[in-house]
Amino acid sequence: MYNEKVLKVFQNPSNAGELQDANGVGTIGNASCGDIMKIYLKIVDDVIVDAKFKTFGCAAAIATASVATDMVIGKTVDEALKIKNADVVDFLGGLPPQKIHCSVLAEEAIHAAVEDYRNRQQAK
Amino acid sequence: MRVYLDNSATTRLDNDALEAMLPYFTEKYGNPSSLHSFGREALKAVDEARAEIASLIGAKTNEIYFTSGGSESDNWALKGAIYQSKAKVKHIVTTAIEHPAIIETCEYLEKKDGVKVSYVPVGKDGRVDVESIKNAVTDDTVIVSVMFANNEMGAIQPIKEIGAFCREEGILFHTDAVQAMDSQAIDVNDLNIDMLSMSAHKFHGPKGIGALYIRSGVRIERLIAGGHQERRGRAGTTDTPLIVGMAAALKKAVAMRDEVNARVQKLRDDFIDRVLKEIPYTYLNGGREHRLPNNINFSFGYIEGESILINLDLNGIAVSSGSACSSGSLEPSHVILALGVPEELAHSSIRFSLGRDTTEEEMEYTFNVLKETVEKLRSISPLFNMEKGTGSYV
Ligand SMILES: Cc1ncc(COP(=O)(O)O)c(C=O)c1O
Ligand SMILES: [Zn+2]
Repeated sequence: MYNEKVLKVFQNPSNAGELQDANGVGTIGNASCGDIMKIYLKIVDDVIVDAKFKTFGCAAAIATASVATDMVIGKTVDEALKIKNADVVDFLGGLPPQKIHCSVLAEEAIHAAVEDYRNRQQAK
Repeated sequence: MRVYLDNSATTRLDNDALEAMLPYFTEKYGNPSSLHSFGREALKAVDEARAEIASLIGAKTNEIYFTSGGSESDNWALKGAIYQSKAKVKHIVTTAIEHPAIIETCEYLEKKDGVKVSYVPVGKDGRVDVESIKNAVTDDTVIVSVMFANNEMGAIQPIKEIGAFCREEGILFHTDAVQAMDSQAIDVNDLNIDMLSMSAHKFHGPKGIGALYIRSGVRIERLIAGGHQERRGRAGTTDTPLIVGMAAALKKAVAMRDEVNARVQKLRDDFIDRVLKEIPYTYLNGGREHRLPNNINFSFGYIEGESILINLDLNGIAVSSGSACSSGSLEPSHVILALGVPEELAHSSIRFSLGRDTTEEEMEYTFNVLKETVEKLRSISPLFNMEKGTGSYV
């Protein structure tokens, strides 16, 4: 069902864990739907210098979180917002059609984390 | 190490069953309905297989009808009984934990034919209360269908009591015994069963063959129209090799029953005890009594089932999960939910179904990999705090 690449990333994801000094955090989904995606961003001068994730979800959710966080590190916030779920799925060499639903969570959580960052900036 | 713990999904074909089948593919390939010698030698094998299977459940030879498997038998039993009935209002009593082959057939009959269906709930232990079945039955009830044992969490149902009640009331009683054939002693007369579904690939027989036992005197409409096979009950050229393999497999499974049950149940109980003791926030789904000897079903708090399944698979261990993500649907298993398990824990459910080949070494290896898997996934779960070693769903 999953290709080798997805399995490899799932088995050894990058950026898994909590980011203590994150200044933008986004959470999408809930446990009763079977998926929660939490993304932590550390943003300095509008550049994402670090990103981490925590996931309650399937292998597709974990693999996409790994790839999406890799992709946003080093990008400006605006660049990061342009990264689409399809880019992440392409990088993984494709996902089974019924898994697309799980893979959009990373993109959504990144957007939520950026929003949280911007809210915090405004509050200052 | 490769460990197969998905024997409720399907089993390895038994070697003796395979041996018995082989000549009927290549040498004795005649059509059992043909009058010539080729047909007769095939028919003889089919007759013997039918007699063998019948005797193993206390039935008469002409009460066994071969089908393509459990799903067809379930469809036929329900649709056949409903379409045979001339009543204006028709009602089915079944349970909330049936296999989709029953549930979706009921839903089809509800939609298409206006049949009324009662899905009787189960308790935390996964068993229906006989009183709830009795209470669900009305004057319009055409058939009661209750599975012998559940495929996901192994609960064995009070079939004897339900059978006795249905017999007293004169209501047809069907049971889906697909998961029970190898481990449970079944006598259709003692249990007052009118119809019983079975499937060969769950007891080390070949895939794509099963049977429906229909008590003589019970009439149901046929589902597959065509030739006169199966006493006009089910059209389609008789599949001699699969039928021969099915009979050989069932005979062997019944002969090994007590020995296998004792051995497998010990492996099951040791594993359950160890997991509950050594892996925190782990919950056994279903009761420990009245449970199939080969069934283990756990929910592992704060982590999702499909990711557990894939991580075990990457270590060579084959299991199944009741999470939505593992089925490709949006809903977790209706069976686990029916136990009253909250949705988030239903998404975390894993079934380990042991078999007669399962060894202690395999269970030891599985435990070790499982423990690592749970720790690894909890370490990246937003619901779990590794430092404190506790989790929370809010
Ligand atoms: C309880 C139960 N009923 C019916 C079936 C369907 O059997 P088959 O695969 O032979 O169609 C299964 C198999 O998963 C089962 O476990
Ligand atoms: Zn998913």
